Amino acid sequence: MLDQTQVADRAGLTEDEVRQIVRQELERSQKRDPAARKLAIIASKGTLDWAYPPLNLACAAAASGMEASIFFTFYGLNIIRKDFEKKLKITPVGNPGMPMPMPMPDIISGLPGMTSLATLMMRSRMRKHNVSTIRELLDLARELRVKLIACDFTFEVFGYREEDFIEGVEFGGAAAFLSQARRAHVTLFI
Amino acid sequence: MSKVIEDRVLDARGLMCPMPVVKASRELAVMQPGQVLKVIASDRAARTDFPAWVEDVGHELLHSGQESDGTLVFYVRKREETD
Repeated sequence: MLDQTQVADRAGLTEDEVRQIVRQELERSQKRDPAARKLAIIASKGTLDWAYPPLNLACAAAASGMEASIFFTFYGLNIIRKDFEKKLKITPVGNPGMPMPMPMPDIISGLPGMTSLATLMMRSRMRKHNVSTIRELLDLARELRVKLIACDFTFEVFGYREEDFIEGVEFGGAAAFLSQARRAHVTLFI
Repeated sequence: MSKVIEDRVLDARGLMCPMPVVKASRELAVMQPGQVLKVIASDRAARTDFPAWVEDVGHELLHSGQESDGTLVFYVRKREETD
């Protein structure tokens, strides 16, 4: 380690001045840290409610000048399929946190048609509050150059085809995600 | 407080998180450094989102306030071009 008093003597600076310079340089380099400007998310869930957090965060990050990437794996691939509007639903079963007009036991929630009903309810609630639709967020994400990466492994296992996915999707494996994530201070599994 | 004069106004009332911030960043992108954008928002997330976003991006929050009807107002000065 440098003897700061000695360095200070030679440059004709006091120790406090040297400390201040060091602090400023440190702050400057932290600001320049490229990892502070990167966000890497894994989106693993394929329901309407869970499609929002990765897209919302990635768009907000991109608007803050960050480079954002979302890696869609397993059911998360539903979000970037062309038929996402049909695929993304909400189930009241096993979802006690969902706001319902009245308490509903799982045995009722499990009746045929309840998933469609819950999905319709959630969509109309969101529309009422002027929440962006998933389509709008996907368009925005691509416009803001958020990287959308489809997991190659799940793609194979689920038997999907490249043409099942929306424009602008890239394909990659675990290493593709890690190469983004290792350079990002913010990484999330959703 | 002396009155801040804005160069542009963004009416983001009715928009929900993260749209007010996204739209504000778009507006600022076409403005000159030093110019001031006034943002009007009704989303409660904007209260904390705007100060945080402005600090992250390096713009300056000149003034923020709340109207009597609960609407939020932010005056953001665009940063000088850096890096």
